[in-house]
Amino acid sequence: MADGNVLAAPAPAPAAVAPARPGALRRLARRRSTLAFVLTVPLLTVIGGLVVWPFFYAIYLSMLNKRMTRFVGLDNFAFLLSRETFQLVIMQSVIFAVGAVVAKALIGFILAHVLHALPAKGQRKWRGMLLVPWVIPPAISTLAWWWLFDPSYSAINWMLMGIGAPPVAWLGEPGWARFAVILVNVWYGAPFFMIMYLAALKSVPDQLYEAAAIDGATGWQKLRYVTVPMMKNIIAITVLFSLIVTFANFDIVRILTNGGPQDRTHIFGTYAFQVGIQSGDIPLGAAVSLFMFPVLALLAVFVLRDVTRRSREMAG
Amino acid sequence: MAQVSLRRVVKEYEGGVQAVKGIDLEIADEEFVVLVGPSGCGKSTTLRMIAGLEEISSGEIAIGGMVVNDIPPRDRDIAMVFQNYALYPHMTVYENMAFGLTLRRFPKDEIRRRVENAARILDIGELLDRKPKALSGGQRQRVAMGRAIVRDPKVFLFDEPLSNLDAKLRVQMRVEIKKVHQTVRTTTVYVTHDQVEAMTLADRVVVMNQGIIEQVGTPQELYHRPATRFVAGFIGSPAMNMIPARLENGAGALRLRLPGDIVLPVPAERTQRYAPLAGGEVLFGIRPEHLTEPKNLDRPNIATFEAAPEVIEPLGMETLVIFSLQGNEVTARLDPAVPAERGRKMPFAADLNQMHLIEPRTGRVL
Repeated sequence: MADGNVLAAPAPAPAAVAPARPGALRRLARRRSTLAFVLTVPLLTVIGGLVVWPFFYAIYLSMLNKRMTRFVGLDNFAFLLSRETFQLVIMQSVIFAVGAVVAKALIGFILAHVLHALPAKGQRKWRGMLLVPWVIPPAISTLAWWWLFDPSYSAINWMLMGIGAPPVAWLGEPGWARFAVILVNVWYGAPFFMIMYLAALKSVPDQLYEAAAIDGATGWQKLRYVTVPMMKNIIAITVLFSLIVTFANFDIVRILTNGGPQDRTHIFGTYAFQVGIQSGDIPLGAAVSLFMFPVLALLAVFVLRDVTRRSREMAG
Repeated sequence: MAQVSLRRVVKEYEGGVQAVKGIDLEIADEEFVVLVGPSGCGKSTTLRMIAGLEEISSGEIAIGGMVVNDIPPRDRDIAMVFQNYALYPHMTVYENMAFGLTLRRFPKDEIRRRVENAARILDIGELLDRKPKALSGGQRQRVAMGRAIVRDPKVFLFDEPLSNLDAKLRVQMRVEIKKVHQTVRTTTVYVTHDQVEAMTLADRVVVMNQGIIEQVGTPQELYHRPATRFVAGFIGSPAMNMIPARLENGAGALRLRLPGDIVLPVPAERTQRYAPLAGGEVLFGIRPEHLTEPKNLDRPNIATFEAAPEVIEPLGMETLVIFSLQGNEVTARLDPAVPAERGRKMPFAADLNQMHLIEPRTGRVL
């Protein structure tokens, strides 16, 4: 639009007489869009170097043989799909990501409501405290959780024994280990949902609730017919974003269980690391890490299309 | 349909600030009552207490004979139109209007019948499938009213419903609201800060100021017989002139001595009424329309005086002339044909049959 302004402005008359090239160059340099582009070059370079290039390089790698000497097309993907361990990894990744995201969204939604109901004075203090898990680097907080789950020194088991329950092999038994990695991910990620939902709640005009109250809505009906529809876009975006990030999780599983026991907690990230780095089959590792990309990309397209449509219908 | 009663209703906020200071008001069945006053006078708070959106600190509110103090809004059988419409942005016009009925589990065809009926009254039948975003301000206002009408509640509450509209649309919607009330005859409480809206819509106007009711009356009563200085100044546009004066006793008749040594005789029939104030300072109140070019001089109690206009405002159908009596601005309303010139003295006539005397200390109109 700024561009349009400049174009619309009458060109200075002498420029027409002067030699064409320098004038055109100067005009190009003076355009606001040119300046904007120049200013974003550093960022574009970083994104290009750290995101775009590795992404295409990973696609390239995933289509090579183990020694990286020959192009094999989609063979790596076909091979992965035929392996039982990888089928397990797909299932575990889906359980991990979907389970964690649903729990994070629910807990975040409830916490946001609780915070929203608090008087403004106390709200800041609680908001700050509830955000702590999200602010601590997960590698460090996961170590603390690892200690909590430790078979010998487990603080959780100590409490369980206190109430007479038998101790649990948190990270040694597949079911509990899966639960543990999800739990830590939820603990770490729920505050993000909370803060997003709190912001969304605050943006719902009070008068809508008053109108609903007069229309005859109970508390639940206000939640169902006013709050949730008004928050749909935020819910869709946070869930999509969190799903992508959770599918790509690495550190929590790596630190807590390293994929064990018997690969029963491996997810795409840790399995890619094991196959690609530890076992030295980089193309296969690349294939593992790219596996979810088409699914998530498609999901993102649909979700974001819905979001755009809704905001066009509702905003203003 | 129902009457609404407010008995010694108080709204006190934390810290002891009283927004409403114990008001009494009886609103009859099918009546259209307008609460009017400047911002912060407690009119919206009063409406919100009737709606149940605001708790009542003390006193009692009854709708249709039933005390509703502890009844939540949804069970009060009221409908409200908000200043910013408060339409649900994710629902279509139809869903917005049907929402209250859906929650009350009305049968589908009954809902459709009522929504279509309301849409016909408000002429929004074409818009039922649209979302609020795709509507203009006036259309949204109609939908908000439609949402109230379909419920067929005991009472309609309007909270400054026209203040978000432009001037032209406001006049149009004002007529619309009046028509709707004449059709459905539902008891209506309407809040506005605009005295023209109040005068044009109301069966009775309630003038509020600083948490109390200054006066309740028909528009005509408020205009011709204001009870207090506040009402006298608030109702009518341009506002009533209030000129500090001295009420003098002379030869069995009372006279008013205005600044600039203008002396006006008080009508004989009012001598007795004003006698207690004789010899004291008063405020002489007279509306601009009773301060004109000399005319009807043969009638009783028309007094003339001279003054020099300072500002002349030609409005087409009339000309407002503002002059000053020793620093007190006075507005007169002249026939546009009368030549008026800034700074040149000209004669005026005051229709003293329409005068008011205000006791400056209490603000009471005698």
